[in-house]
Amino acid sequence: MNLLTVSGSPHVFNDTSVSKIMWGVVIAMIPATLVSFWYFGLGGIIITLSAVIFCVLIEYLVQRYLLKEAPSVKDGSAVITGILLAFNVPSNLPVWELLIGCIVAIAIAKMSFGGLGKNPFNPALIGRVFMLISFPVDMTSWPLPVTNRMVLTDAVTGPTTLGILKEGLANGETVSQISSQLPAYQQMFMGDIGGSLGEVSALALIIGGLFMLYKKIITWHIPVSFMLSVFMFSGILYLTDPEHYIDPVFHLLAGGLMLGAIFMATDMVTSPMTYKGMIIFGTGCGILTVLIRVFGAYPEGVSFAILIMNACVPLINRGFKPKRFGEVVKNG
Amino acid sequence: MLKTFKTGGVHPPENKITEKQAIKVLPVPAIVYIPFSQHLGAPAKVLVAKGDKVKAGQLIAKGEAFISANIHSSVSGKVQKIDEVIETSGYRKPSVIIEVEGDVWDESIDRSDRISKDIILSQKEIIKRINEMGVVGLGGATFPSHVKLMVPEGKKAELLIINGVECEPYLTSDHRLMLEKGEEILVGTQILMIALGVSKAMIGIENNKPDAIAHLTELAKNFNGIQVHGLKVKYPQGAEKQLIKALVNREVPSGKLPIEVGAVVHNAGTSFAVYEAVQKNKPLFERVVTITGKSVKNPGNFLVRIGTPVSDLIAASGGLPEDTGKIIGGGPMMGKALVSPEVPIVKGTSGILIMNREESGRQELKNCIRCGKCITVCPMGLEPWLLEKLVINENFEKAEAEKIVDCMECGSCHYTCPSKRPLLDYIRFGKGKVLQIIRTRNK
Ligand code: SF4
Ligand code: SF4
Repeated sequence: MNLLTVSGSPHVFNDTSVSKIMWGVVIAMIPATLVSFWYFGLGGIIITLSAVIFCVLIEYLVQRYLLKEAPSVKDGSAVITGILLAFNVPSNLPVWELLIGCIVAIAIAKMSFGGLGKNPFNPALIGRVFMLISFPVDMTSWPLPVTNRMVLTDAVTGPTTLGILKEGLANGETVSQISSQLPAYQQMFMGDIGGSLGEVSALALIIGGLFMLYKKIITWHIPVSFMLSVFMFSGILYLTDPEHYIDPVFHLLAGGLMLGAIFMATDMVTSPMTYKGMIIFGTGCGILTVLIRVFGAYPEGVSFAILIMNACVPLINRGFKPKRFGEVVKNG
Repeated sequence: MLKTFKTGGVHPPENKITEKQAIKVLPVPAIVYIPFSQHLGAPAKVLVAKGDKVKAGQLIAKGEAFISANIHSSVSGKVQKIDEVIETSGYRKPSVIIEVEGDVWDESIDRSDRISKDIILSQKEIIKRINEMGVVGLGGATFPSHVKLMVPEGKKAELLIINGVECEPYLTSDHRLMLEKGEEILVGTQILMIALGVSKAMIGIENNKPDAIAHLTELAKNFNGIQVHGLKVKYPQGAEKQLIKALVNREVPSGKLPIEVGAVVHNAGTSFAVYEAVQKNKPLFERVVTITGKSVKNPGNFLVRIGTPVSDLIAASGGLPEDTGKIIGGGPMMGKALVSPEVPIVKGTSGILIMNREESGRQELKNCIRCGKCITVCPMGLEPWLLEKLVINENFEKAEAEKIVDCMECGSCHYTCPSKRPLLDYIRFGKGKVLQIIRTRNK
């Protein structure tokens, strides 16, 4: 007779899997990737491809030869980290610097904690911050969108919109004086501005985010609370002194905010697990971002804000439990 | 908008393959194995001995404890022996083994098809009769029905809920019963209302059974105080607490019974058994069982004598498929995998589901990716990932504080987990441990 399988219930499972989720995120990043290729040309393509190859290769080598476990690169999570890293650097970054970022992201921030699921911090952000601290100049000279897409070098570099603002304010100029140098919001929305590869086009990022919402990979809680708190906090500042603080729409469109809110803060491994917790997390990210942007030393604060909130996740998980069924009795 | 419960829940593929198959009577088997303990609570005490002649419907084991149930013979014949038999749970349980001779029923049973609507027994007599006839909850939990009808001191029943949800995928026995024995179920419902002293009953049915909703709604017009409610399809709506929440938006407090909010829930199949017990004097010795599965040749719904080996039912459905990997007693979400097709069908067996080898395996296990989906789907608002971790670390105290005992073992968490964590396996084990700890502490 056949041998029967005897196992505990349930006996059926839905068809999601870790790899389906991860490859879903990769698909969601395609629009922003294409936009970066469009604006930054060959440089963008080289950075993206190298980051992905480096990350996958490093994960494979670490698992194969250091941890001696079955490599799981097929799950797509290293590809995500690669693309996110590329999204976070300028298109003319020397490739060896990128390699170091990838090593830090994968080998240290992810694998040394036990691999996917065990890392407390978003690996791509750790890689980015490491590069920012190690190679401050290369990481902050932002090529403007290229005119000739097939040429690699001599891209015109310039500061990001946030950099222009920070500089100007530091020099004592008012917002209205600076705004003539800033790109129009329409440009910022489409991505025709200087910046790191993936952050320039809010539109492409939003399309990716909607796709992930539709596929139930993310929920609205983190991106919406993140953006809303940035909008409200910077809006309050703006209302107190519009000559000193720029308007909230600028904060939403500038820098890595969309990228951070949609793709980095939503990383399920490093964000809270309940809806309540997610809203606290997103709001915290938003407030910290504005604080760093407005009062901190760096023009951009998204990465640091998310990393700080990553560190708070265990606390948030403990403090914001789901509502237990039958706990609060209000019968009607 | 259709009603449903709010917290958590999943929607597994329904696969109600047998919903159009009318109930057929499975021929009386050659031999039956009737365990003394087919219900929640103490085993019944055996009354027969080897060599005794019995009739169908004859009391063969008496439930003496407060929470226990009588067991009746389901066939006529000779007691071959009293022995331990492997049962649905996988354990050996003392059972009466009866060799079948003919099909003689106890004379007191009314075998006519006539629907008897006049309820002549009093409240007390009804409860006594239900107790005598060995009726237990037929939805799967097998809690002795008469116990549920005895409202504890200081509590008051306001509402009877009849559970026609059948939220487990594949199973259709209640669905068929509601279509074919609708009137009897409604009479049973009235009997239960009298027993509880309530004037209102709600029948909850998920709207994937529109024919049953329409049929019962039509019939209910002739009965006082019975309303039929269609519910949005969502698993596990058939769980008592979730059904009460869905129908009347009351939340049974953690660790308490539905009577706390004035409700008592009985399954539609139980209501039919109550009808037969009270109006026809018929003990619970047969029930409707769905035999189903993707590779089963002739899946269907059968009226089966209690104690019939599962293999007889499988034979009636066209034999055990070549590629069988797993045989499940019950539905795919909460059912138990059987160790062999020779185990007997018991009062709690609502279906037999045969899964092929491909469906039977579990998928590759990954690290928890902390997606929180298990929390989102948990109907009890628990954190399955955390409970799993606590159980692995043997931190049972913390697990107790995190309400592991509230877990109803619905399996929604494991069903949903993208990393395919066997969350419920750990939680079930931990829950057992914690209950044990609580018991010793209360001694
Ligand atoms: S099995 Fe338990 S923990 Fe898992 S979803 Fe159901 S009630 Fe929640
Ligand atoms: S569903 Fe699985 S992977 Fe997601 S948090 Fe729960 S246990 Fe972890």
